[in-house]
Amino acid sequence: MKVGLFIPCYINQLYPQVGQATLELLEKLNVEVVYPSGQTCCGQPMANSGYESESIGTYHHFVNNFKDFDYIVTPSGSCAYHVKKHYDIIPQTDEVTGVRNNVYELCDFLLNVLKIEDLDASFPRKVGVHKSCHGLRGLRLGSCSERVTPEYSYIEEVLKKVKGVELMPVQRGDECCGFGGTFAVAEEAVSVKMGKDKIKDHFESGVEVITATDTSCLMHLEGLVNRNKQPLKILHVAEILNSNL
Amino acid sequence: MSHPKLASIFNKDEKKVDWHDKALWFVRHKRDKSVHSVKNWEELRNLGQGIKAHMLSNLDIYLEEFEANANKNGVEVHWAANAEEHNQIVHNILKENNAKKVVKSKSMLTEECHLNPHLEADGIEVIDTDLGERIVQLAKEPPSHIVLPAIHKNKHEVDELFQEHLGTEPCDGNPQYLTHEARKHLRQKFIEADAAITGVNFAIAETGGFVVCTNEGNADMGAHLAPVHIACMGVEKIIPKLEHLSVFLRLLGRSATGQPITTYSSHFKKPANGKKMHIVIVDNGRSEQLSRPDFRASLRCIRCGACMNTCPIYRRSGGHSYDATVPGPIGSILSPGKDLKKHSTLPFASTLCGSCSDVCPVKIDIHAQLYKWRQIITKETPQPFVKKKSMQIMGSVFTKPKQFETVGKIARWSLRNLPQSVINSKPNVWGKERDLPKGPKQSFDQWYNERQKNKNNS
Repeated sequence: MKVGLFIPCYINQLYPQVGQATLELLEKLNVEVVYPSGQTCCGQPMANSGYESESIGTYHHFVNNFKDFDYIVTPSGSCAYHVKKHYDIIPQTDEVTGVRNNVYELCDFLLNVLKIEDLDASFPRKVGVHKSCHGLRGLRLGSCSERVTPEYSYIEEVLKKVKGVELMPVQRGDECCGFGGTFAVAEEAVSVKMGKDKIKDHFESGVEVITATDTSCLMHLEGLVNRNKQPLKILHVAEILNSNL
Repeated sequence: MSHPKLASIFNKDEKKVDWHDKALWFVRHKRDKSVHSVKNWEELRNLGQGIKAHMLSNLDIYLEEFEANANKNGVEVHWAANAEEHNQIVHNILKENNAKKVVKSKSMLTEECHLNPHLEADGIEVIDTDLGERIVQLAKEPPSHIVLPAIHKNKHEVDELFQEHLGTEPCDGNPQYLTHEARKHLRQKFIEADAAITGVNFAIAETGGFVVCTNEGNADMGAHLAPVHIACMGVEKIIPKLEHLSVFLRLLGRSATGQPITTYSSHFKKPANGKKMHIVIVDNGRSEQLSRPDFRASLRCIRCGACMNTCPIYRRSGGHSYDATVPGPIGSILSPGKDLKKHSTLPFASTLCGSCSDVCPVKIDIHAQLYKWRQIITKETPQPFVKKKSMQIMGSVFTKPKQFETVGKIARWSLRNLPQSVINSKPNVWGKERDLPKGPKQSFDQWYNERQKNKNNS
């Protein structure tokens, strides 16, 4: 099994520790992981802003980097979803469909491909899960409150394998945090209000650490927490899964 | 004004935003409890979607079948290509019947066509009889929600409004007193009415009958008392058979307010003896929307408002921030089809979280259509130069790893070394209320390469 590690652009530049945790975690699980050098982005920033045509070059670049792997694993539900859902505007060669089929969000990969039973990790903290939207309603990494389906949540399932993690129930676990890419700037007022409400929900539920499958949501929440000096820690799920506290 | 501008004005009063958000979340939560008690809810949604999709593919056939059956029932059917024709037809019917006082039950279509001002210009009194609609009519405002038209107003605002217009006593926003007074006021209007206008929720092709759903019984009150009943419907309100109705009645009440069924599901088929019944079937851009494969599914909408109640942006920006007849997510995929330039910010008033699509009782892929409208808007309407240029630059940089690493290096260095006052200066909208991450010294890429080098050396 050859696994290619995809580190999204903003994680690569601004949150390298998330990429490091993902790589170390996979290596700890004896996965043969390669990080193809020269990778950049999935193309989502332009496409979601209405400039899909400007992202075509990036799509081809992505496919070239990852076409030779059995699985492509990334610590982002949103980027994985973008590749799966929106790479339909370039010719559907075997390479393109292969990449689209084989891209996995990290928790999904751990549970459904590796089928991990145990994790040698411990994190004795009160953890609140923010169910990032593209992973939840795009990749269906869990059941959402709108639909009448059996309840499940991949991120919570893997977190339960970490010793000491206490999952704290929150009021609106699957409401959007308000990041939304360029939405965060174009609709600044509503974006900030959504983020503040999300943090308030977690804080009032006794959460010490907010986590998610996506650093993009977390960057927005962390920005608010830091500005308002709130006593909350923000960590990507990979950092918790790779912890030994 | 654009959606972001109107939304930021709404957000100046945070307490009001919290109240608005909670009021609508309460409705969404009621809806959840109600639908989770229906075992085959998802199957019901599949059926609703399937019936509507079939209807849209055979719309011409079912419309003609409906007209023929309605004619047989003694109902006069009129066709309107657009809002002007609709208003003219209704106006003519009223003139023919010498009707000067009209009661109207809730109809988003007549809102869309701006019927009231058209009739009022000719001295006709039009009274909206749904309580919420009457409130916004008195306040001279458009509805801010398609099911809960006055959801943006609290009871104290209604108290003041009624004192001014209905001569009520100050009551500290006592809802019971205010409702009683509204009831008295509206009863008088029902009794005096020369004609009643209603909307249509479902028109059944095989019977020529139609159904109007209200919680206040105001459609019945108007239509049964007045000598003339005019029902106005968009072409997409057709369903093929009577047996399909139960699917939609079950979906509608639960999705709209969490009720198992709307309080009054009133069936109309033929005029009572000595009375007249008219149906006006309106296109007004619908067949054009039907011709757009990516957006056709928006015509499946049954106007339950669930996408508004669930939308985290709608709840925190208010219905008026959309500046459109139908606000919220569904409005944001319908309105650009009518006036792309005017509504060009609406498809961007979303994080594409997908909650609207999952809550929709007829499974309209609302968030996917928002994404598609974005692609069209950036091509067909003027865009800010900076946005356009930066997207082109990003698109290019992401194909050149070396350039990407250089840009990243500069960004990280700036975040690490520039003072906060410079980083958060005005052009950085993000920084108004949020910190940016501290720029790390190494990117993941650099860290990985260094690690590989050390591995190979050891």
